[in-house]
Amino acid sequence: MNRHLLSIADLSKEEAISLLDTAAELARVTETPVKKLPTLRGRTIVNLFFEDSTRTRISFEAAAKRLSADVINFSVKGSSLSKGESLKDTALTLQAMGADGVVIRHPASGAAHRLASQKWMSGSVINAGDGTHEHPTQALLDAFTIRENLKERSGDLMGLNVAIVGDVLHSRVARSNVLLLQKLGAKVTLIAPPTLLPVAVNSWGCNVKYDFDSDLNSFDVVMMLRVQRERMEDAFFPSEREYARRYGLNAARLAQLNSRCIVMHPGPMNRGLEISADSADSDKSVIVDQVKNGVAVRMAALYLLLGGE
Amino acid sequence: MSIVLDQAEIARALKRIAHEIIERNKGVSNLVIIGIPTRGSFLAARLTKILSSLEGVEIHSGSLDTTMYRDDLRNAAPRSLGKTEIPLSGVHDRDVVLVDDVLFSGRTIRAALDALSEHGRPKTVQLAVLIDRGHRELPIRADYVGKNLPTNRNERVQVCLSEIDNLDQVEIEGRA
Repeated sequence: MNRHLLSIADLSKEEAISLLDTAAELARVTETPVKKLPTLRGRTIVNLFFEDSTRTRISFEAAAKRLSADVINFSVKGSSLSKGESLKDTALTLQAMGADGVVIRHPASGAAHRLASQKWMSGSVINAGDGTHEHPTQALLDAFTIRENLKERSGDLMGLNVAIVGDVLHSRVARSNVLLLQKLGAKVTLIAPPTLLPVAVNSWGCNVKYDFDSDLNSFDVVMMLRVQRERMEDAFFPSEREYARRYGLNAARLAQLNSRCIVMHPGPMNRGLEISADSADSDKSVIVDQVKNGVAVRMAALYLLLGGE
Repeated sequence: MSIVLDQAEIARALKRIAHEIIERNKGVSNLVIIGIPTRGSFLAARLTKILSSLEGVEIHSGSLDTTMYRDDLRNAAPRSLGKTEIPLSGVHDRDVVLVDDVLFSGRTIRAALDALSEHGRPKTVQLAVLIDRGHRELPIRADYVGKNLPTNRNERVQVCLSEIDNLDQVEIEGRA
């Protein structure tokens, strides 16, 4: 595997499957009474978060701690970044402190790539979400969750039919997932209003539909995306009620899904907008599993990036 | 390259080790056999089978991956992980026999002892290996040895087992 994890595009199919296999083993190991492994003892991992996050930051922190690494959490609020320090100076500071790995989330697409490619610091860089570009560990934990539920925990995702529904335009989760799920052999269908699809979406190699109601029972996985109101400067749909009616996963649509279909959401959810409360809490929902699997997948990523030399 | 043990010799060695285990532990009632992946697990499975056919009872067995506990992880590219399967009975207060194919520096066994302690406190831990090739770097010794094989440091001992290598044999490479 490469020294950094910046984009799903950098991973080969074999590397992705080996990461998922490693995560599966680690998930079993962490079920023992003592959840800690000594693997990254003495290594320092910095969580560098320029954007708010609960799940991802806590998940990375838990993963690093279970591997016995030292974790430094660094968020914009209360740091020199709010005084206007540049990414470069922050990176040089982290280098001086001896960070072996940096987990970065940033509102600008390409921030993780810049941090990794400028030789400002020698540690590994893990992209934990950059703007509307990518969020590779989320895609990996989604693939892991799909594999656990539908593929008997091994191999690829050949033959599965996955729908990704909602705000594809602003979603880095959707981009990473499209790349990874297709790499693993799944068939991906994007379902969204035309205003919430990126310009070049037809070059992504997946199906695109504007209508959520047709062929609902053909999907093995329905992945709902959060409507990212904080990134919306224009009006992308007439009203929230209309969006919820046409693109929300409500009880009526839930009832049409086939019996083995699972419902996913990367969180945080807007209950009542893209997903109704009864869908989010139904027995088809694996949303809590996604969070749980996130720790094992991030442990695997940290181990594979930082474990050897 | 020369062959050190063939199929029949491996089978005989395992059979003898099984007898020694029974003799030393005065039976098999408190035993748990734990193999170290990859080939140690297969040897552990074979040993378990011999033990249960000799004593006519089922023996608890499992495997224990040591990768995450190694002290030389930083010297090489990350390895993929083997399986860890601790039997439901656990290892607490049991007589645990660790099984590996080749005993060399002793570092794998040190890692295995650490990994094992995460699962409980065994009454005793014993070590069975098919080949002891010497050159220990730690104060570790085997309780049951299939064959003592004096080697040179730069030689390579390769254990092949039919479960993954399609044949049973032990060979030594790089001997002048």
